[in-house]
Amino acid sequence: MLLTSAVISGLGLGSMYGLIALGFHVTYVVSNTVNFSQGSAMMLGAVLGYTFAVTLGWPLPLAAMTALAACALAGAVIERTLVRPFAERGSNAWLMATVAGGIVLDNLVLFTFGKEPRGFPSVLATKPVQIFGAGVYPLQLVIPVAGIAIAILLQVVFSRTRLGKALLAVVQNPDAAKLMGINVRLAVTVSFMISTALAGLAGLLIAPLFSVHSDMGTLFGIKAFAVAILGGITSASGVMLAGLAYGLIEALVTAYLGSVYTQIVVFSVVILALAFMPNGLMGRAAVNKV
Amino acid sequence: MSLRKPFARALAALGLMTLFAAAPVHAQETVKLGLVAAMSGQSAKSGEAIVRGLSLAIDEINAKGGVLGKKVELLVRDDESNPAKGVLAARELVQREKVAALFGGLDTPVSIAIVPFANQAKVPFMGVWAAGTPITQNGAAENYVFRVSAVDDLVDVALVDYAIKKYGAKKPGLILINNPWGESNEKGLKAALAAKNLPYVGIEKFETNDVDVVPQLSRLKQAGSDVLLLVANVAPSAQVVKSLDRMGWDVPIVSHWGPSGGRFTELAGPSAAKVHFIQTFSFSGNSSPKATALLDALKKKYPEIKSLADVTPAVGIANAYDAMHLTALAIAKAGSTEGQKVREGFYGIDKYEGLIKTYQKPFTPTNQDALAASDYLFTYFKGDEILPLTN
Repeated sequence: MLLTSAVISGLGLGSMYGLIALGFHVTYVVSNTVNFSQGSAMMLGAVLGYTFAVTLGWPLPLAAMTALAACALAGAVIERTLVRPFAERGSNAWLMATVAGGIVLDNLVLFTFGKEPRGFPSVLATKPVQIFGAGVYPLQLVIPVAGIAIAILLQVVFSRTRLGKALLAVVQNPDAAKLMGINVRLAVTVSFMISTALAGLAGLLIAPLFSVHSDMGTLFGIKAFAVAILGGITSASGVMLAGLAYGLIEALVTAYLGSVYTQIVVFSVVILALAFMPNGLMGRAAVNKV
Repeated sequence: MSLRKPFARALAALGLMTLFAAAPVHAQETVKLGLVAAMSGQSAKSGEAIVRGLSLAIDEINAKGGVLGKKVELLVRDDESNPAKGVLAARELVQREKVAALFGGLDTPVSIAIVPFANQAKVPFMGVWAAGTPITQNGAAENYVFRVSAVDDLVDVALVDYAIKKYGAKKPGLILINNPWGESNEKGLKAALAAKNLPYVGIEKFETNDVDVVPQLSRLKQAGSDVLLLVANVAPSAQVVKSLDRMGWDVPIVSHWGPSGGRFTELAGPSAAKVHFIQTFSFSGNSSPKATALLDALKKKYPEIKSLADVTPAVGIANAYDAMHLTALAIAKAGSTEGQKVREGFYGIDKYEGLIKTYQKPFTPTNQDALAASDYLFTYFKGDEILPLTN
């Protein structure tokens, strides 16, 4: 029982980390930059979903779609104001700018949404179902399925479609891509929109299992970045796999060694893994062009 | 010269200040009392409750002519749950505003940071919420810190007693939040269990933002826990309840007062009612005339209060209300607002019929806590309302 429940918990959590980490992957492969406010984007998805569905009483599909669209819009704003101005000058200041942007967003939500954690009701998280003797909410099974499906979809889009190839061309040689008629700026903006929408989706999926509040995304953002690096940020399936592995290790360590050891063991494993596989589980080695 | 004007103004201000300082009769028309509490952030509601409790007591005191023939005035400062900001605010209130006494808020770390300053400045510091044991038991030779609230060490004793009496606990398991508050209660619970010769089967920690506590709880279940002792704030407490629901483990939960800090039923779902937690006061099921009168006064002064669910948790209001009256009595006994005399004044209070109980010699130099374990009651959530349990 201990093993099955730990495995199911681990896979559920792991796929949430993976989903947010895929957001890091998407912007990295297109523009070599990442949005460090992914945790806040996740929070935004949950908070907007709650506001539309519960406070305003919209039907859930409409509320979810609107929340995701708003997250995508936030991604575009982040790219335009916090990333592009620095990245185009060859500066790395977007790193700090996106961190700062996340803090600003967290605090804006604190003042508008309120200070109290709220509960997001969901029919998928009221009655647990039994699997190998361990109880899980149906939602906990939806999350890994959604995560893996999105990872496969991204992998296919990037390797098989014209759009995907155009996006990847941007990072290899922006000037050549421009000459080939690819709208480089738009491509980068779109990658950021996909990235924040993925984080927002994770937020919407997690909310009923958790509580909705302004700093709910902080820890997730950090763990997801560790997952992205561990998976080799250039590979969608690697990132998703790393998310699942991370969640599993976390749950198994807690179950068998005790919660006191969880963070110590998990992050030690991350460090060790990177020492032996510097490019992550499935990442390609970075080529230094001279 | 751009400096000249502000400089001249500063000089003028300085001159005025010396003038006022030289005329003490006019300097203090009111007895100023300060509150340092969380007025913003996650715990903002606690600050609001404390202000309400203090204000109602002040209204009553002022209606009867105030203390020492002066009206009482409350000055509120926000500590943002940050110890450094709390100390700064306390300093400002004492040194600039010359408050006669300070009141504290919900956060134990903030209060612990203010304690050394209060003792050094010889200004009475009254705790009305934070339950950390070392706040009042701070080891100072001249202790200026008093409290009308729960005390962690006593709460831990009460939790263990309740688990034994109500559920016949033989194998308690501890599930604690991984922060200094959880840490201090881990010590207290271990001591309380040892005193009862009751070994615990496991101690598990979890983080404030943990989504799934099933692995920790599975360990406790595996070890054979028959009762869970829970210490965590409202949101993480709800995660424990939801995880138990998923596991289908129906185990009694005896909890510190964390769940009372927010919308526990909304967060934890229907199983929230299974959690029995400690309080110092509850309006529900309380038919004392003082409680009824106070609730009416609250509704009149704050029209946004419509039902009992709007004064949840009542502990902040009740503790603050009694603490303010006791402080006014101490100042009256002292016949002065001077810290050393007010401190003696606290020890001089014989009897006060308060809201929580009738206090008999509430403070002595060896016990600066007015409430004891016998004053605690166990409660549970029914919907949005906290109801007392009859045990």
